[in-house]
Amino acid sequence: MKKKSKLELWIAFGAIALIYIAVAVLEQTVDANHIIFTVLKKGAIYSLVAVSMNLLNGFTGLFSLGQAGFMLIGAYTYSIFTMPVEVKMTEQVYKYYASAIHFDTGIFIGLVCAGLAAALFAALIGLPVLRLKSDYLAIATIGFAEIIRAIFQWDVLGPVTNGANVMREYLDLTDVKIPFTDIPFPPTLYVFLAAGVCIALIVLLINSSYGRAFKAIRDDEIAAEAMGINLFKHKEMSFIISSFFAGVSGALLAMYQYTVQAAQFKSAMTYEILLIVVIGGIGSVSGSCIASFLYIAASEWWLRGLDMGKFLGIESASLFRSGFRRFVFSIIIMLIVLFFSKGLMGDKEISFGGLIRRFNRNKPAKTAKGGGIDA
Amino acid sequence: MSETILSIRDLKVNYGGIEAVKGISFDVPKGDIVTLIGANGAGKSSTLRAIVGLVKPKSGVIAFEGENIAGKDTTNIVSRGITLVPEGRRIFPDLTVYENLRVGAYMRSDDIAPDVNWVYELFPRLKERSWQPGGTLSGGEQQMLAVGRALMSRPKLMMMDEPSLGLAPLIVRDIFSIIKEINKRGVTILLIEQNANMALSTADTGYVLETGRITMSGAGKELLVNEAVKAAYLGT
Repeated sequence: MKKKSKLELWIAFGAIALIYIAVAVLEQTVDANHIIFTVLKKGAIYSLVAVSMNLLNGFTGLFSLGQAGFMLIGAYTYSIFTMPVEVKMTEQVYKYYASAIHFDTGIFIGLVCAGLAAALFAALIGLPVLRLKSDYLAIATIGFAEIIRAIFQWDVLGPVTNGANVMREYLDLTDVKIPFTDIPFPPTLYVFLAAGVCIALIVLLINSSYGRAFKAIRDDEIAAEAMGINLFKHKEMSFIISSFFAGVSGALLAMYQYTVQAAQFKSAMTYEILLIVVIGGIGSVSGSCIASFLYIAASEWWLRGLDMGKFLGIESASLFRSGFRRFVFSIIIMLIVLFFSKGLMGDKEISFGGLIRRFNRNKPAKTAKGGGIDA
Repeated sequence: MSETILSIRDLKVNYGGIEAVKGISFDVPKGDIVTLIGANGAGKSSTLRAIVGLVKPKSGVIAFEGENIAGKDTTNIVSRGITLVPEGRRIFPDLTVYENLRVGAYMRSDDIAPDVNWVYELFPRLKERSWQPGGTLSGGEQQMLAVGRALMSRPKLMMMDEPSLGLAPLIVRDIFSIIKEINKRGVTILLIEQNANMALSTADTGYVLETGRITMSGAGKELLVNEAVKAAYLGT
């Protein structure tokens, strides 16, 4: 990685701070029911899970498709942990089972435990599964996610998971308070903060010596091993950390949705995330984030009219009906893959230095070497 | 007689279901350049892979500084001071030149700056291309990077698998003169080559490997004029 100049780093920090300020201001000025908040919240959650998948697929070269399974574990762990004991003891949620859990925790502990639970499962599954290569690993992880989904709906585990029934009444985004007060925390800002901190941790990991080892394994396993890098240990580490953050994002999704159900975490969800990773660029953190917001905005907002009879001011109930959105969306994705075969960002990151240099192209560039974009 | 850094006794290695190395023994004296020459499939690469632990030997002793390392894992062996420059270079194409060097120093936790400087001194081309992805380098530059990367672990013994493969003769000469220079700095070198001419004229000792067995050995210069070697490997 090219050493960034201090100025570039500060500009990057400034830009990120601006995004957060913009979110905060938006939340105070725009009606809370506006669709933009759905896009922002869901986009931030999907950014986190896409980046966690990218850590595995893009930076360690492990083609794993278990993300939905780990999100499920995270979402359930969170909802079980944070559901108040009073709710568990009455028949509000656990209608057909007597809840076996006799404690509850706060939001923060719930989020951390969600990650840890997913990480624990990853550690156990990783032992046999990570010895497999490429396609076989993908098949095994998909299988695992499906099995997890079935197990969480299993009657016998009803007292814990509430069987196939909906989990609700746990602490959600409206229950987040500003510390030491009773004032509600702006929900979109909260999701941004939680996802942002997690993504920042992943970025730090990628730029550490472990991250370099991950990338070396991705590039050439045999050479990496010859350098003394313990392949299995590092793959397992990447798998566990990626799953930890997938678990946290599952918990955030549960917070955002108010209710959560195992049936929701189908492999289709993993493909959605994979799509975001591919569109953003395999091996690009900023690409995953941008793609995730674009994907959510397109599917939840901009193309909504295609399903509702009205799009771009044209009203046509016969053409714009349910399902047409998916049709148009598929074409857009095909076009993106066709024209950006390496995704929007390739394996590069957004670099403000690069943007600055692009604007100053006519002036003699002082730091022409290395270009503006760094890998 | 100088001290022996690596001593192989009756090493057998199975590779892909066949016995690629059928019980070989040889010594590498500390500070020397030793070469194994032989045709394709003679068992040269398998020997190196077994020494560095990438494949587990079937039987035999690999003594490094007096301790048997046969069957130990690569991480352990690399941390003892053995490094392999793999066949076909195998640099990390998406990492920059500098990152490649840092991965080479993965087992170390001390300051690597002096070693980076040394590598850049040996290969000024790498310094120029320091921020370029490894995959964009030419074949010769990639070989330089592979050697530089191996040096970053501060090896006592550097093993090289076909460093001349696919390189222009002029660049091969460069690489071999740098091998000698590295050796002068106290790094013992075990070199395997199909380019017997270049290897034998560089090496202190040479061994000829044929279908998994050592059939001849001697000083590099002696083998270079040996009639049988000439006929089989030097093409004269």
